[in-house]
Formats: sequence, C-alpha cells, structure tokens
Amino acid sequence: MLALYGTAAELRGFDLNQAPHVARVRSGATGPENIADTVLLRSTKEIEPAVNAGFTAAILLSDGEASELSGLNAFSRLMVLPKRFDYLAEGDILGVQPKTRKFRTLYRRASKHNSFLVTERCNHYCLMCSQPPRDIDDRWILDEIRASIPLMDRETRSFAFTGGEPLLDWQDFISILKDCRDLLPNTSVHVLTNGRAFARSEIVSKWTGVHHPNLSVGIPLYSSVDHIHDYVVQARGAFDETVLGILKLKDQRQRVEIRVVLHAATAPRIRETCQWLARNLPFVDHVALMGLENTGFALANQDVLWIDPVDYADGLAEGVDILAAAKVHVSVYNLQRCLLKKSVWPYAVQSISDWKNGYVEQCDVCIEKPRCSGFFTSGRPRQSRGISSILST
Amino acid sequence: MARFQATDAFHVRETPSELLPFRFARHGSDNFLVSNMVGDFVSLTGDELVRLVDLRLAPGDGLYEKAYQNHLISRQGQKAQQQILAMRLRSRMAFLRQPSQLHIFVVSLRCEHSCPYCQVSRQSTDKSRYDMSESTANQALKIALESPSSRIKIEFQGGEPLLNFPLIEKIVHVAKSEGARIGKKIDFVITSNLALLDENILAFCKAHDVLLSTSLDGPAVLHNKNRPRPGGNSHELAVKGIRRAQEVLGKERVGALMTTTEASLNQVEEIIDEYVTLELDGIFLRPLSPYGFAVKTKQFHRYDANEWLEFYERGLRYILDLNHNGLQFFEFYASLVLKRMLSDKPIGYVDLRSPAGIGLGALVYNYDGKVFASDEGRMLAEMGDNTFELGHVGDATYRSLVLSEKLIDLISSSLTQCAPECSDCVFESHCGADPVYHHATQNDAVGLKPFSEFCARQKGVMGLLVRLLQESPRDAAILRQWGGM
Repeated sequence: MLALYGTAAELRGFDLNQAPHVARVRSGATGPENIADTVLLRSTKEIEPAVNAGFTAAILLSDGEASELSGLNAFSRLMVLPKRFDYLAEGDILGVQPKTRKFRTLYRRASKHNSFLVTERCNHYCLMCSQPPRDIDDRWILDEIRASIPLMDRETRSFAFTGGEPLLDWQDFISILKDCRDLLPNTSVHVLTNGRAFARSEIVSKWTGVHHPNLSVGIPLYSSVDHIHDYVVQARGAFDETVLGILKLKDQRQRVEIRVVLHAATAPRIRETCQWLARNLPFVDHVALMGLENTGFALANQDVLWIDPVDYADGLAEGVDILAAAKVHVSVYNLQRCLLKKSVWPYAVQSISDWKNGYVEQCDVCIEKPRCSGFFTSGRPRQSRGISSILST
Repeated sequence: MARFQATDAFHVRETPSELLPFRFARHGSDNFLVSNMVGDFVSLTGDELVRLVDLRLAPGDGLYEKAYQNHLISRQGQKAQQQILAMRLRSRMAFLRQPSQLHIFVVSLRCEHSCPYCQVSRQSTDKSRYDMSESTANQALKIALESPSSRIKIEFQGGEPLLNFPLIEKIVHVAKSEGARIGKKIDFVITSNLALLDENILAFCKAHDVLLSTSLDGPAVLHNKNRPRPGGNSHELAVKGIRRAQEVLGKERVGALMTTTEASLNQVEEIIDEYVTLELDGIFLRPLSPYGFAVKTKQFHRYDANEWLEFYERGLRYILDLNHNGLQFFEFYASLVLKRMLSDKPIGYVDLRSPAGIGLGALVYNYDGKVFASDEGRMLAEMGDNTFELGHVGDATYRSLVLSEKLIDLISSSLTQCAPECSDCVFESHCGADPVYHHATQNDAVGLKPFSEFCARQKGVMGLLVRLLQESPRDAAILRQWGGM
C-alpha cells in the first residue's frame, strides 16, 4: 500500500511563514514549465542534467544525510523525502507545509482514483467513517487544491473531492469547481457529500450555475426511515435535508449517485431501502451498494456494525433485482463473489480503489477470482464465514 | 469514542408524527391493503391500521418504520416526505401536458366480416354512404394537427379501413407534409382484419412507418366462430397477414388484439399458444365491451366479471409459467397496470386514467364527419345515443371540441379522485374514470360502482397483481420486469 503522506527529512529554501506550497514532480527529461515544477532526483547522477535543463527546485529521495552533496546547492528549493516515496513520477503533485515539513501526495497522474480531501470538518459523525472528522481550521486545504488544479494533466479522466463535508465552505468550494470546468474541461469530477447543503435552493442554483460538463455528486443515504439514517450519520434531521437535497439536485437535472454502506444498522433493511429508492428516487444516476471497509470509526463501532454479509445476501439480491427491474443503474462494491447470490454477480464491481483487491487462501483456486472485488488491504478486514472457493458456475 | 449516541437518541419522540393521506381496503381475514397518495401498497393487520390512524406508533416499534417508508406518515417540521409525494404525483399526472395524442379516423364503416360482437360495422357496398370523403378527412386532419401535443398518433379504423385504402394513402401524405411543416411528429397505425392486405399496402406501410394492428381471437375454430366472413377463412387470412407483415415490416411493427367471448372462456391456454406460435411478444386479454352489436346480439351478458376474472387469472398464470420457462411474453394489460403500480411514468392510456381520456386523450372522426370523444362514444351513437358526440368537422376546431361544455361536464363529473366509491378506493391511483362505460351500462357517467363490471374487473386484476407481487417472489420478479419496461 502506498504511503500518501509523510515528513520530509529536510527542506531548504522554503519560506517558513509561507502558506502551503504545491510542487509538481518532473522527471528532468524536459525543462520546467511552471514555477511549481520540481525535478525528482533518484540518484546523484541526475543532479547535473537537471540543473542544465533549468530546474531550480528538486526532490531528492534518500534515507541518509544526502543533502550535504555539494551539487544540490544549485537548487534554490530542495526537499529530501524518504525512499518509500519512490513511486512518485512525472506529473504527480505534492502539497508541502514548510513549517512542519509535512507533505502529502495530492495527485498521482497514473492513478485512476485520485481524490482531494477538501476538509476534515464534517456536520456528520458517521458510525463507520473511514476518515474520522476533526474540528479544526483547515481552510488552507482549499488554497492547496486551488493551486493544484492548474498543474494537473489535462488528460486526467476523472478525480474526486472528498472530506469531511466539502460543502461546509460551499462558496469557496464551488469556485474551485469553476476552475475545474475552465482548466480541466475533459475531466469528470465526482464530489462526495452528505447532500444536506442542497436542501438550500440557493446552493443548488450556484452548483447548477457552474455548468460543469461532467460533474456528479455522490450522496450517502442509509435508510428509507428518518431515524435510522440519522443514527448512522449521528445527526438529527439529516435524513430530511439529504432527501430534499437529492430532490432539488435532480429537479435541476444534476447527476446524483446514491451510496449505501452495508453494515448491521443498514443491511438488514437493504431490501426495503432498495425498494424505496426504486419507487421514490428511480431517476438517480447510480445506486452504489457498498460492503463495509473495516477502518476508522468502523473499528471502534464493530459491535454495532458487524454483520456477516452472508446474513444479508438474500435481501441484497432482492434489492438489486428490484432496482434493476426499475431500470435504476445499480452496482455492488467491496463484496466478494462467494458472498453474493449469483443474480447479483453482473452488478458486482471489481474494485474502486487502489487499496483494495487483497486475496486470501481460498481465492487461489477460485475460478471467479479474476472478476472478484477481493478484500480491502487497509484497516482490519473481518472475514465472513461464507468465504469459500468457487470451483464451478 | 464515547461521543457516539445510541439508536434511541435519534427517535426524537417529542416531535409528533403526522398522518399523510392514504386509502385502504380489507385484504384477507385480518389484513388490510393500504395505499399511499401515489399508490404504493403495504399490508397492515387490523390492529396496525387502527394504531396508525390513532398515531399510536413510535420509532423502533416496526409499525413506525413501515408507515414512514411508505409515506403514510411524516414528522412535524419535515418537508421531504411531502415533497416526494408532490413530485411523484406531478410525474404521474404529466400525461395531461400532452393532450389528445390519439386521433382515430373511421375511414369506412363497411366491412366484409360480420362479427356478432362487432360494435359498429356495416355490410354494404354503398361506398358513398359509409366511406369517409376526402374533404371530411382534410377537415379532420386540420383539427388533429391543432392539438397541442408534440407527437400524435393517427389510427385508421373501421369497419375495415382497407376498404378505403386510397383515402388512407392521401391522409398519410398530407399529414406527413403538414406535420413536418409545423414540427409535429406523427405516428400511423391501421387497425385491420388483414383479410384485404396485399403487397401494395405492405409496401406503403413500410415506406411510411405505418404500424398494423389486427384481431386474433385464438385458434382457427374459435376465431372463425367469433369472426365470420364469406368463405369462413378469417383466421387463415389473419395469420397469413400477420406473418407476411412480420416479414416485410418487422416483428415489432404488427400487433394483435383478442376479444373474449363466451366460447373463449375455457381455452385461454390455446388462445395464448396461438400468439406464441405467431411469435407475437404478448397478448392483451380483453373482455367484451357493452357497445354496438355486442349488446344487440346479446353477446355482452353471456359471462360476468367473475367468469372473466377466472379466465384472466388462468391466462396470466399460464403466461407467467411461459416466462419461468425462459420465453419472454407479456400480458399487456398487466404490464400497463404494473407500470402504474411500480413507476410514476405518466401513463395516459385512454381507458385507464382520471381525468378521463375522452377527448383529452383521444378524438374520433367518424366517416360522416361527426367528432366523438372516444371510439366507444361513436359506437353508442350508432345505437342512437349521442352523449359523446362533440361536434362536426365542418364547423369545429380543436379548441371548440375539447373545451366544449359537454366534454368538460363529462370529465369533471367522473373524476375518480372525487367520485363516490373511487375516491377512497385502495386502487384509485392506478385506475381510471370510464364515463362512457358507465353511461352505456348505467346511464350515468359516474355510475354506482358496486354494480359496475368495469370496477369489479379492475379490482380483480389489481388485487391479483398485488397478491402476486407480495406473496409470490418468483412471479414478482417477472412482473417487476414488465412494470419496468
């Protein structure tokens, strides 16, 4: 699994009081095109050609005291990063905080699953949150994103904005969507939000007014009953606002995906939830039914969240059938094929992220392995008693 | 992690629940079928129903959850529950935005068949008397093109419309060029017994995208008994016509309709097999209507609603079995009702909507230029009852017909949303006002529904479908597919 954040061993030439700095990784094959372009040095041999190419900023991958190397003085800005970041490549983008020497990989050009965390703040406190919220002033992140957008490859197929709740500072966030529209017109953008902001018509109209050619929003809805959804997200009144938000977005023909995470508070009613979606919101663009990732708050709340997927497989199959018959586009994520009724297989998606697709012993001889989602490799996966090899279909 | 709150912290018992509008009917010994404002069904026990009405329910007790997710209740201060109902009702009624989509041209009342259940046709060679004239056709077309829908359908009816095929050709040509000029899309369909179908006619249909709709009552013996013609070969000609039309026009461009007579009642399987053999994609199991010769020849009262429902249920179960065995085959009436039960698509099927489809859904231009609010309305006129005659093409406009006091009275007096027995019927959302039927049988556009066979058949079919959806998962999976088509 990739390390996406760390601390630089050394930073040189940065203004310590400066706001977060954004650097674009360059291989050195061609010269810099932007003030943010920073050459990645994998060995000392690469120093001279990089200087000759005109680079004034560099990243050195080293686990030792490499910065004493004399040739490095030619760079006005230097970052020394641990060698485990050697996956960095041409076009990737890093965010650096000079004061703390902390840095994060914000964007990997080769990845299909880039996402920008917009804030750690949230007005929900979901039982299974994989990104537990923190009540801190992190509005600087928006500046970092604003600086990153112009540096991204214009050929990027898609990326996501996540949180926290990205729409807490909705005016700033929507202005970033305008940058995406102007600078990355061919890139589809997916925003994960709890949707409550859209209960306000004003926000929906600003959102719609961006006229982004390829913008969609993913909104979790955990139940067809108010208090169950409110319990899962630990916020009273959430269900009403979220549903209103979805209605208002669709009324303006915005693209909306509904996400349902399956755990003990949601899965026993999944058939009813799917039926409710099919009857009341059949116009949504996608329904994603997702197995639980056992990480973040889900670990702390295992006692109330754990349910063996084999125990809701029947309800899930019926729910998927109801949605499919109503011509709703439905997909199932994160659940292994051996735990799903066969009727669900055509809807089971292999993977959505880089950090999934682990396999266990039973998978070795399973003929469905090439089509299976596999397991999360993050968190502390819990294994269903139903995990078994499929030997014939 | 003590910051997580338990489930009951979100029950918010101090916020009262509120009832939303719903309807109910007894359904089994201690069960009630309850439907919300847009016709979603849920079963409740008698005790649950009473507790619901008294609002003796609370989060976590199971009944609250059932009532909430079915939009039977909301909570004070919430908006989403009502907003969903409003949006769905708006969608369900949106057929009103495309008024008068169907325009029926009776191009000839003559027919070479002499079916005892027929509603109107004449055996005559007197063309001048029973054929529509070109000038009448042009006046009718002018009215049809005035209707505000962006897409209309022109259906050629009879009698046997192919007896006046030259007029059909003329109407299609003029309609197409006029439609193109004013930006209206026009579909064409000829309703014919196909006995007179020839290669010329087929080539015309192919060139102009004209659909064919025919009658097929079942196997040869039954069909020929129901549909006599000189030579006794109606079935042979219909089958030959269907096959040839399928070849030339394509399978989806020709359809067939059956009418149930007393002789049909014990052979629904054979009737369906006939459709399967002809590779038709489904069948519409239709009862006889109380109009025209069907009344005069006393065909209509040969069986009652219960006998028909038995026939229907046997047929539906047989069709479901065909589907279980891998053949995709529809019962079109069930499909129609299921679309209304399982989706909010605006289904403006003229016989199954409220406000009624008379005039607002269809206009009928008779051979002699009289305009009727429905096909059945002109059949009543043949029996001397002019209730549904709206005017004459010679001096009418679309507006004068549709906004006539007569039509407005008939429609507004028959709304199921407020008619006795309908307004509180558990099936109201999926049913329709049928003022012509009730006028014909009870001399009253509303009618006393307990004496209405229309009502009995509707309740029977819908009750059957709800039962299958709720109690038979295997059938429900097929029925949901039909509803989603």
